[in-house]
Amino acid sequence: MTNEKILYLGLGIFGIVGPMLFPNYTLQIAMLWIMVLMASTWDITGGQMGYNSLGNITFFGVGMYVCAAIQVSMFYDLAEYTASYGAIKPVFTESQYFIGLILGIVAGGVVCVGLSLLLGLAVFGLRGPYFAIGTLGVAVAMREIVTTMDTVGGGAGISMPFLPLPIEYRSLFFYVLCFLLAVAAHFTIRWMFSTQFGLAANAIRDDEDKAEAMGIPTLRYKQFGWAVAAFYMGCIGAVFGNMSGYIEPQNIAFPLPTFGIFMVAMALLGGKGTLWGPVIGAIAFHIVKETTWTYLLDWQYIVLGLVLIVNIVYFQQGIMGWLKSMYPEKFGIVVDKSTNVSKGDA
Amino acid sequence: MSENIIEVNNVSKAFGGVKANVDISMVVERGSITGIIGPNGCGKSTLFNSIVGYHPIDSGSILFEGNEISHLVVGDIARLGMLRTFQQTRIYGEMDCVDNMQISVSHRPGSQATMFASRRGEIRERAEQLLEFVGLYSKRNLISGDLSFGQQKLLEFAMALMNEPKVLLLDEPTAGINPTLINGLIDRLRRANEELGITLCVIEHNMRVIMNLASDIYCLSNGKMLASGKPEDLQNDPRVIDAYLGGH
Repeated sequence: MTNEKILYLGLGIFGIVGPMLFPNYTLQIAMLWIMVLMASTWDITGGQMGYNSLGNITFFGVGMYVCAAIQVSMFYDLAEYTASYGAIKPVFTESQYFIGLILGIVAGGVVCVGLSLLLGLAVFGLRGPYFAIGTLGVAVAMREIVTTMDTVGGGAGISMPFLPLPIEYRSLFFYVLCFLLAVAAHFTIRWMFSTQFGLAANAIRDDEDKAEAMGIPTLRYKQFGWAVAAFYMGCIGAVFGNMSGYIEPQNIAFPLPTFGIFMVAMALLGGKGTLWGPVIGAIAFHIVKETTWTYLLDWQYIVLGLVLIVNIVYFQQGIMGWLKSMYPEKFGIVVDKSTNVSKGDA
Repeated sequence: MSENIIEVNNVSKAFGGVKANVDISMVVERGSITGIIGPNGCGKSTLFNSIVGYHPIDSGSILFEGNEISHLVVGDIARLGMLRTFQQTRIYGEMDCVDNMQISVSHRPGSQATMFASRRGEIRERAEQLLEFVGLYSKRNLISGDLSFGQQKLLEFAMALMNEPKVLLLDEPTAGINPTLINGLIDRLRRANEELGITLCVIEHNMRVIMNLASDIYCLSNGKMLASGKPEDLQNDPRVIDAYLGGH
């Protein structure tokens, strides 16, 4: 059995059995899958294409708000609902709730795809640090725009409809959604990068001007990669909004200083530009984060900062990159052992 | 064999006060090997960059297969079937040689490069055949950035062939290549021209190479077209000798 199969088996078993064994931690494990999804989708452009976006959190928030707006406005007047600051206690029947939720999640993803294609036209003209700052600007702008939109509650946010199931199933219900989305995202990315798309992405990372000179329509590849990330970020944002029960722009929908940065940190920790790096990085990061939050409260950000600094200064290749350089043969990388490299057989 | 695949008419290009190209005209016949020579800084690479759309030209026109292309950008021109290699070799340094080859398939309309095409099968076979053709087969699984400079040049040439271009513009293909490999490279350039039917346009400083290879040669000097003709004519042209072949 290969290492990868062991990983799949282990994570699969944990994903299914975890919430049964540790029912009190169900939402914590759900957060873990959300972070795996965030890091993995960030890596499509960030790691594989060399376009380090700091704005992918935009799609998380937009997906969340689109979903909420659809869930509410299908059966109530959205503006009236939000203006009441939760005073209207709407009752959603089971079918109303689930139809609204499913439509909302899908629409959250689809709207984000459209948004990413549009934004991509502008920001993919930027490179390197300019792209990072440009996308960060997009996220900040989106957060401020939503904060001023009264229809969706502005800074006060929206109280989400209640899940019409017995309360003890609530965590498990959202857990399943998070897990399924993370699995779907993982296998989408896995498939994408097993095709010519993966090579084009890496070519753009290594030398975009050369790729362009070879006729690769680089903008289309970048847009597509970002759109896939946007889709899953939109969907997971929609689920997260319902999971938290209440959404507002500053800390829940567009959490720039936390998840906006965490997703990048996780991918870097695990090793960017690899399929498993973001997954492993997210797991490691989540463990460090939860441990420090539990045992080192008040010091948690200092510990996380230290991890980040050590990672960026001394450990840039990340866990997967380090494993690759230690055991290249296990990753199918061939190292030329002959010392006389200039002697070709031409 | 008299059809012109590239026609450059009165092209000028200046960078600020530096007139890199002044009123340049030249043609490349379909199926030919055309050479461009001239001293360093005479505007050869600028001319190349103008032809492939790397920068807009100030005046003049450039026709590819009879169509004006001077307003198009690099990617569009590459997808029409005109490729260039770089003087400073450019490959995808963190990918292995086969991957470098596979992603170099043509992106022209109707070609086999769709976004999610399989990496196995026909594409891979052709990639390996071409690596064999340039003599890099035994290195095919190495990370290309670890190859020597000369090998990277060969890889870049093979990548260009993978793309099946109609015209290939080569910027100093033999610069930095071990002299013992140069004959092999000339042979491969000629075979690419004859067997694969690729029109070549070559910038070259190595006189032995270009005089052997090219059927027509253009000589630039100080951004202007100094002389053109058959290799033997140019070799005896006093202006060319004075400007380039060692008047000083």
